[in-house]
Amino acid sequence: MKSTKDIAELLDEPACEHNKKEKSGCAKPKPGSAAGGCAFDGAQIALLPIADVAHIVHGPIACAGSSWDNRGTRSSGSELYRIGMTTDLTEQDVVMGRSEKRLFHAIKQAIETYNPPAVFIYNTCVPALVGDDINATCKSAAERWGVPVVPIDCAGFYGTKNLGNRIAGDAMVNHVIGTRDPDPLPPGTERPGIKVHDVNLVGEYNIAGEFWHVLPLLDEMGLRVLCTLSGDARFREVQTMHKAEVNMMVCSKAMVNVARKLQQSYGTPWFEGSFYGITDTSQALRDFARVINDPDLIERTEAIITREENRIREALAPWRERLKGKRVLLFTGGVKSWSVISALQDLGMVVVATGTKKSTEEDKARIRELMGEDTLMIEDGSPKALLKVVADYKADILIAGGRNMYTALKARIPFLDINQEREFGYEGYQGMLELVRQLALTLESPVWEAVRATPPWRTGGLKKSAVTEIQAEPLSAQAA
Amino acid sequence: MAEIVKRNKALSVNPLKASQPTGGSLACLGFDRAIPMLHGSQGCTAFAKVFFVRHFREPIPLQTTAMDQASSVLGADENVIEGIKAIAEKSNPDLIAVLTTGLAETQGCDVHRNVREFRERYPEYAHVAVVAVNTPDFTGCVETGYAATIYEIVKALVPDAETAGTKPGKRQRQVNCLVSPMLTPGDLEALRDLIEQFNLRPVLVPDLSDSLDGSLTDDDFSPVTIGGTPVSELATLGEARASLIIGASLRKSGELLQEKTGVPSHYFDHLYGLQANDALITTLADISEMPVPQKIERQRAQLQDAMLDTHFMLGQLRVAIAADPDQLNALIHLVQGMGAEVVTAICAGNTPVLATAPVDSIKIGDLEDLEVMAKERKAQLLIGNSHAVASAERLGIPILRIGFPLYDIIGGYQKTWIGYRGTRQTLFDLANLVINFAHEEIEPYYSPYAQKPESERQACSPSCH
Repeated sequence: MKSTKDIAELLDEPACEHNKKEKSGCAKPKPGSAAGGCAFDGAQIALLPIADVAHIVHGPIACAGSSWDNRGTRSSGSELYRIGMTTDLTEQDVVMGRSEKRLFHAIKQAIETYNPPAVFIYNTCVPALVGDDINATCKSAAERWGVPVVPIDCAGFYGTKNLGNRIAGDAMVNHVIGTRDPDPLPPGTERPGIKVHDVNLVGEYNIAGEFWHVLPLLDEMGLRVLCTLSGDARFREVQTMHKAEVNMMVCSKAMVNVARKLQQSYGTPWFEGSFYGITDTSQALRDFARVINDPDLIERTEAIITREENRIREALAPWRERLKGKRVLLFTGGVKSWSVISALQDLGMVVVATGTKKSTEEDKARIRELMGEDTLMIEDGSPKALLKVVADYKADILIAGGRNMYTALKARIPFLDINQEREFGYEGYQGMLELVRQLALTLESPVWEAVRATPPWRTGGLKKSAVTEIQAEPLSAQAA
Repeated sequence: MAEIVKRNKALSVNPLKASQPTGGSLACLGFDRAIPMLHGSQGCTAFAKVFFVRHFREPIPLQTTAMDQASSVLGADENVIEGIKAIAEKSNPDLIAVLTTGLAETQGCDVHRNVREFRERYPEYAHVAVVAVNTPDFTGCVETGYAATIYEIVKALVPDAETAGTKPGKRQRQVNCLVSPMLTPGDLEALRDLIEQFNLRPVLVPDLSDSLDGSLTDDDFSPVTIGGTPVSELATLGEARASLIIGASLRKSGELLQEKTGVPSHYFDHLYGLQANDALITTLADISEMPVPQKIERQRAQLQDAMLDTHFMLGQLRVAIAADPDQLNALIHLVQGMGAEVVTAICAGNTPVLATAPVDSIKIGDLEDLEVMAKERKAQLLIGNSHAVASAERLGIPILRIGFPLYDIIGGYQKTWIGYRGTRQTLFDLANLVINFAHEEIEPYYSPYAQKPESERQACSPSCH
């Protein structure tokens, strides 16, 4: 089990603006009015996309049972991450103190059956509470079977999902990153006059494969992505992250500790960015070139941006017409708020309010910059409060995470899912086309009118009119 | 308001259409102790029989006038008269429907006169109802043959109010229902159930849910239908409170029924989707003077919820449909009401309802037309009968099976499509077909620089992106 001191250290994240202000961000969840996941949830979500690792959840069934294979992330190769593994602890295991032993055998079984390059062990509440020493178990299992076994001590009661993200990042920094140097560049990839630079992306999850809209552009620029932590990543890629020239924190503060520690230990500079929307995508590409500071790269990057922006603006023109002026209530966590706002504004849509529950002061400043000083920032994300804002601000659509989907639908309000469970990729220039398609799909759907209508027999007068309308005209005189 | 594009090629490839006599037979099979007799060569009947056996997986009573070379040239009047007599003698049915085929019509038969001659010659079979219908297969489709047969049955077997002394509303709780062939036995059961919830007594005409619903009986074999609308019930239609005419194809029959009996007819083009069923339920509440039962209100709310849940999958979905007119019109309304786009609509025959369908154009054609247009217009989902399954495979898109015939699945005839519940299930089925691959997934991209494990590396150079 992590000590209070360990947790306090993780919570103290100098690179995070939440540190500077009390009562925001990683504040303690309040009993009776908490929403969102736990530390285990956060850790698993952050690392599960590492595709070739055997991810074992150490605990009774509730932790893995309702969370495995529940994510939109995609892999271009190994599918091992989609196989749910848990020690599924029983009462006997807990009472008799056999859970460590079961874990040890579970690791053996995973290695023998699936031959993974590494095993990740996610510790959960029950074994943490009964005092399993997963660090020791992992260590001896690694020695015994000759495969790296990484402990991720992320019992749910340690704290929030956000903390879990950090625990995950911490585990990568402490146990995985720096254990292997990058491969030499593959033969045949050299292009005359172009120097290849190594980079990392932290907090990029390749939801629905959306990063594949962006990666070809990075390749074209001559950036070798050593690793994306953790979308479509492999264990051997994570090992080499220390050798990058620059790290990009993608659209999330969740694993900012990874970027900070890599800067501390290896001097790697990092910047924050997003691939949602035309403006932000171009900015991210520009920032890579700027931080690397290769004049040739800067020049080529501008050419790519011009080409891509022209191409996509032309493709979006007919959609812009359909979406222009539509009013959006955006309710997402943290940084995503401002990155999605710029995507929506690129389409001529009006963002009437945005959620800032997880946003930092810096995020809020950017939101004000984008939306004006008097923009409504929503702290209370309860279904009731959200629906009130939708009504008060005459929003046409709610854009939020999957868990709010049914809040919107039950209230008969169009909805777009923007969180990790979604099935559509919105990143990059190309992703904007999918975003507009999905927006139009729900906004323009004829079902809204149908589901808002009262049954005709309840509206009194209809009793007659509905019937006469479908009745035949009076027939010939013979009828009488 | 659709433009109807007529057939413009010499060859029909992979036909969608089945014949009028087939449709007429289907109508007849919905009456109790009935048997259709096709006036044509034996093959006409054999093919129709196989068609229904494969669809319903039931023995199908069907007879033929067995025209041969001589009767085809010299006249087949005797075949009809003796054919009716033979069936009457052997099976003593309640109803014989004599349905003409292309052969008989081309030869110049007059089946109505044949029936009159049969009556004169064999008065001992006066209790056997015989209805003659012109259903040549060189025009129309299943639906038109079916509709023509229902029309003739209403004309011949429903007595005039004046002569029979029937009075509309004498049977306070009776509601007549003329039902289109687009309604499956499962649909008819659902319809009966809905009507009964308003304490009304439905008389379905015809009633395939009682004759071809796939139930076992005590008798090993019957030469005529077991179950279906009793022919005697036709005499009571004039005393009903109201008639519901389900399916645009039966409008003429509904008008005739009202004309003959004075019982008011209420018309429904179809019963797919929220609005269509709202109209039905409102009418039932009105006729029965009863509030809408809680159970039905709940089913309505469930459908609304299903509409919300499935609109994400069905919105903007490019759909191709091939069906007979009533069903095509119904499906177009249903899927377009969900935000889908019908990019290809192929119909087996042309009827007035098609022009009212909310699509740009409807092609009267075959499954080749379906395939070509669906491909050209990038359809993502097909709706059609079992013959269209091969088309869907060639197109590489999923198919929802509906209509006639359904021979590659079991129990297709029993599926319920109508009502709030049937519609809800249809929406789920549609959504499930496309949930995983209607949207174009992003192709995995392999970076030439990537440090993936050896086993996963692609032979790729930077020039390949």
